[in-house]
Amino acid sequence: MNLVWFHKLGSPKYFYALALRLTPWLGGLSFVLLALGLYWGLVVAPPDYQQGESYRIIFVHVPSAWMSMFTWMFMAFCGLLVLVWRMKVAASLMRAAAPLGASFTFLALVTGSLWGKPMWGAYWVWDARLTSELILLFLYLGFMALQSAIEQREAAGRAGAVLALVGVINIPIIHFSVEWWNTLHQGATITKFDSPSMPVEMLLPLLVSAAGFMAYFATVVLKRARCDILEGQAASGWVREWATPAATDHRNP
Amino acid sequence: MGLGRAFRAMLGRDIRLAVRQRGELAQPLVFFAAVATLFPLALGPEPELLERIAPGIIWVAALLSALLPMDRMFRPDYEDGTLEQMLLSPHPASVLALAKVVAHWLVTGVPVILLAPLVALFLQLPMQALPALLATLALGTPLLSLIGAIGVALTVGLRSGGPLLALLLLPLYVPVLIFAAGAVDRAAAGLPIAGPIYLLAAMLVLALTLAPMAIAASLRISLS
Amino acid sequence: MIPSRAVNMPATESIHTQRDPWLVVEALCCARDDRILFEALGFTLTPGGIVQLEGANGSGKTTLLRAICGLAPIEDGRVSWRGTPREEVLDEFLAALTYLGHIPGVKRDLTPRENLAASRALTTMEPALPPDTAFYRVGLGGLGDTPLRRLSAGQIRRAALARLLVVPTPLWLLDEPLTALDTDGKRMLERLIADHAAAGGMTVISTHHALDLAATPVQRIRLGN
Repeated sequence: MNLVWFHKLGSPKYFYALALRLTPWLGGLSFVLLALGLYWGLVVAPPDYQQGESYRIIFVHVPSAWMSMFTWMFMAFCGLLVLVWRMKVAASLMRAAAPLGASFTFLALVTGSLWGKPMWGAYWVWDARLTSELILLFLYLGFMALQSAIEQREAAGRAGAVLALVGVINIPIIHFSVEWWNTLHQGATITKFDSPSMPVEMLLPLLVSAAGFMAYFATVVLKRARCDILEGQAASGWVREWATPAATDHRNP
Repeated sequence: MGLGRAFRAMLGRDIRLAVRQRGELAQPLVFFAAVATLFPLALGPEPELLERIAPGIIWVAALLSALLPMDRMFRPDYEDGTLEQMLLSPHPASVLALAKVVAHWLVTGVPVILLAPLVALFLQLPMQALPALLATLALGTPLLSLIGAIGVALTVGLRSGGPLLALLLLPLYVPVLIFAAGAVDRAAAGLPIAGPIYLLAAMLVLALTLAPMAIAASLRISLS
Repeated sequence: MIPSRAVNMPATESIHTQRDPWLVVEALCCARDDRILFEALGFTLTPGGIVQLEGANGSGKTTLLRAICGLAPIEDGRVSWRGTPREEVLDEFLAALTYLGHIPGVKRDLTPRENLAASRALTTMEPALPPDTAFYRVGLGGLGDTPLRRLSAGQIRRAALARLLVVPTPLWLLDEPLTALDTDGKRMLERLIADHAAAGGMTVISTHHALDLAATPVQRIRLGN
């Protein structure tokens, strides 16, 4: 056999096998953590003395908002691996993460505006956090559009990597500018999402829920990255071997 | 030849090309004035209203008219093969790309700055805000060109360049718009504007340092 | 017709005396997405050498030329320049090569003279010939100040070729340079390449046409199955 192929594909093949082994565990973990966090947060945790029951949406909203930013940082880290070490697996992970990041951002926006209704009497208020999330959503959509517009896989990966890194430098600036804009036009606003001192009985379920979101992210990113790797390596020997039914009983590369 | 001469030659070539296509040169300028005209037509001509919204309108119009010719920064060179020649030069591609960005800003950004006082007059911008408007345009339009060049470099090989480019660039333009329009707004209200001006200047320095590398890397990716 | 067959290699480069390979391409593999265009491709060029690339459309001739100069990514293998991997002497390597793609790489709104000045500014070398002599030799005598917009496709191609004479790089990478050239133009280019080889220069050229290069030996490389 040709050694060229072996060296080049060794890494994606190994990663694929690793991801295959990890996903069921991560999936189980995310199910347990999400169920526990949501039950604890939505049922067990005490109501807020000011907002009553409606505050409970933070157990979904805050983890989504955290994950929306974490996902872009994850993509930028993958982008660095792509540009510096030309890691194909990192490009797959980056591509896999983008739609998830967009979904988290969308979820944060929807839950934020649902919360806004009882709080302000309107579904949309130009709150600093919500506005930042909205711009972040545009960034994700731009990233995904760029990925689908570039036909060549490797070029798409490297272009996405540049965009992810440009974004990671810009996101803090965008965030800061939106905060500045917010104070400029509304004076001192009460940012409802950063309650300064959250009681422990609310903070704990929030952290459990956030851990559940993180485990869910890891599960889905690995699953999607596996698909992406298969697509990218479709021509190589090991994928063909895996795809044929005869190989199903010895799936241990 | 030295790097300085290469930079000047690239700059001179692009400006010469722009001058030879004068019609194209005027388009963003007309667009700038036309967009600014749409707002009074849509919102009504009351001077108090216009005075209030003029800083925002002028900056939105400037941003859109910067976006309009952005694609032309690298696409003609991509199509006629001179972009390849630029990347094969022994001189650093980032410096040569910066020369192209500077040339592009000189022929698209500077005219907008020069036309801005007239548009400001039409929109009843208070006179005391005019220096702030010119200062933010002088700092902000090169920023738009530098950030825009990264987007253009990433999409130059693609057929669907235009709409995709706008989608990529508009979120990245948000801080420029906020600080620039905010500064003009504050100046109109008689408030100090040193803060946002310094922030714009800092962003320009950051972009001048990092953008050329990102542009060169993106061009290499698009041409691979 | 032709004022001289004088060679245009810089005197300082004593490449006549050297017989070591200057350009070494080893085990090169290039792919476009999943498809391998070519693999385990290799050749060496010593001063005076000419390589002609042949193969059907889509067999990777353009990709190979672009991979050698570093525009197209390489999956495997390496390109060395004067005994050192290309990446380690990139500035020197880029200064030593001229790549002419199948798109000529000249501006239609500029004159041949302005185009030449623009490409000279990108190099680190001093010009070897005055522009007018170069225009004369590529058959553009008297057209140096006419915008390319008003010239024919063949004349635009000639304007691009003038760069080869003015910027005296030892390595020429020419992708289908005969496109749009008439019989006369083909003969002119053949003479340029033969002169270049006689002066110790090296050429990699992709073309379907049989080249008539007098006594100069040509290595032929066939791409594709």
